[in-house]
Amino acid sequence: MTTAISVADLTRRYPGHVALDRVTVTIAAGSITGLLGRNGAGKTTLLRILAGQEFPSSGSVSVLGAPPAENEHVLRRMVFVREDQAYPDFKVRHALRAASWFYPNWDAGLADSLMADFDLRPDKAIKTLSRGMRSALGIVIGLGARAEVTLFDEPYAGLDAVARQIFYDRLLADYAERPRTVLLSTHLIDEAAALFENVVVIDRGRVVLDASADGLRGVATTVSGPVLAVDEFTAGRPVWNRRCLGSQASVVAVGQLDEADRARARSLGLDLAPLTLQQLVVHAAGLPTAPGAAHVPPPAKEGVSA
Amino acid sequence: MAGLDEGAPLFAQVAERLAAEIADGGLAEGERVPSTNELAAYYRINPATAAKGINLLADNGLLEKRRGIGMFVAVGARRRLLAQRREEFVERYVRPLLVEAARIGIDGGELAGLIKECGHEHFSDSEGGVTV
Repeated sequence: MTTAISVADLTRRYPGHVALDRVTVTIAAGSITGLLGRNGAGKTTLLRILAGQEFPSSGSVSVLGAPPAENEHVLRRMVFVREDQAYPDFKVRHALRAASWFYPNWDAGLADSLMADFDLRPDKAIKTLSRGMRSALGIVIGLGARAEVTLFDEPYAGLDAVARQIFYDRLLADYAERPRTVLLSTHLIDEAAALFENVVVIDRGRVVLDASADGLRGVATTVSGPVLAVDEFTAGRPVWNRRCLGSQASVVAVGQLDEADRARARSLGLDLAPLTLQQLVVHAAGLPTAPGAAHVPPPAKEGVSA
Repeated sequence: MAGLDEGAPLFAQVAERLAAEIADGGLAEGERVPSTNELAAYYRINPATAAKGINLLADNGLLEKRRGIGMFVAVGARRRLLAQRREEFVERYVRPLLVEAARIGIDGGELAGLIKECGHEHFSDSEGGVTV
């Protein structure tokens, strides 16, 4: 497996604020990776540095084998779709034509069919487009570029659920036809979760989770049922969160459950539900350290809460 | 993601769905199974995840690869899957049924009666073969 993006010990400081703190991440070529975390966690800063639009304070960045900043050879093979991308004062078709000049793999047929899907008119002035339609234009350019490295930073501001589903479906379809490296930052984690082969979670400038999406399934499980049974089942296990209501309790147990565990839970009358990626990110974001790929995040034992 | 959830990893669920289709006869032995990209588009999942699901079944000998054409249901796959399902039947259905019955105070005799009653409705117009 070759590496498309590699970042080592990357730090980006602003006056009075560290946006990225010794970030080390590698992204395999030809994979779709989710870049997740809260607003202000450092996702956009990382993407801007990968796109050569910002410089690191220290550390190294390599995209397609070379530092991206001011590197024409790398930048032409990469597309970066920003949230609320600004455009010059021209029409949609002018933006598409400019993209067709810049990106060597530009696929006009794909762009046209995406335009039709989003109901985006080529003769519209970009400044008159709604926020959602401007997002759609960014997506058309991001997919139409068919760039070896495709960076999407919250690409769907203002898009409704139907339009977002079009984006996911078209991304998967075109990725299947032309595999490439996609890094997608989003806060709509659950609806995008199945797109990802890998997941990187950033919190306060640090990588707190870097794992395969499959590996994360079952890393933690919500166990719920009668308090006594829940406590019996989770005794000796690390837990993240314990909530009680009357005689019922709900606990997040950390660690994979095997078939014997499941059988035991059934016989105790307990319900087991795996943490969704979104729930996992909520918990992972509170973690102080950066576990390696596919490692179970270290548990934070919490006290009883009402 | 079209109706995939539960605790198992997505690739295992894809494998499970295909296995269920083979066991139910929806995919006949010797028939071509959907490609990785077809599965990815249908379930709205990453193609690598779909490929892992298919490979899981291929590794178990339930699917066989025909070079350049795709994956096909292996001969004997259905029989093997049905045998496996029978083994799982007790763990998956009978035991949870007994646990729930005990929890709401249904005793053994009552439970047997209920099963008989439901079975009568369920099997009355079939040919009598207990298909699960």
